[in-house]
Amino acid sequence: MAMDSGEIERLIRAKFPDALIEIRDLAGDGDHYAAHVVSSAFKGKTRVQQHQMVYEALGGRMGGALHALALTTAEA
Amino acid sequence: MSPQQDVQDWIRKTVADNDVVLFMKGNKAMPQCGFSAQVAHILGLLGVDYHDVNVLQDMSIREGVKAFSNWPTIPQLYVKGEFVGGCDIIREMAEGGELGQLFDAKGVAYDKSKKIA
Repeated sequence: MAMDSGEIERLIRAKFPDALIEIRDLAGDGDHYAAHVVSSAFKGKTRVQQHQMVYEALGGRMGGALHALALTTAEA
Repeated sequence: MSPQQDVQDWIRKTVADNDVVLFMKGNKAMPQCGFSAQVAHILGLLGVDYHDVNVLQDMSIREGVKAFSNWPTIPQLYVKGEFVGGCDIIREMAEGGELGQLFDAKGVAYDKSKKIA
């Protein structure tokens, strides 16, 4: 049930083409990641809404195939 | 009424009847997941009186609360009926002092002498 960091970035990039995306594999096990996403698409959104947009980009994998993704977001 | 609807109504009532509610894995005394433990720890440090719901005891609540907030993971913190966030957001808000500001704005009592580093 692990996911490749490149796959995570690709999914996020598909929804936020302009984004600055940093992904770190926290435990080196392909299962615990931290992601930082900076995009102009977050403008005017609450933090909850920003995270919901990223989770949407991940298409339901969060909490499933993707067990642990520590997420931070910011407006570009 | 469908069972799913009953669960949504139960969640709505629980977050309306309690000022601060944490849906978590395990309970505040014994969290059973690191992310739930982190949020319980932050609330404990701030001395906030909160109601804990152990989602591991009821699969319909575990799945129902994800639908309720459109949020894919547990823990989930609610203040005065409003979804505030999961572990990442609560940690970020606690570190920035924003969580205390939210409690101030919502009239929730906490220990203002406590700072989270």
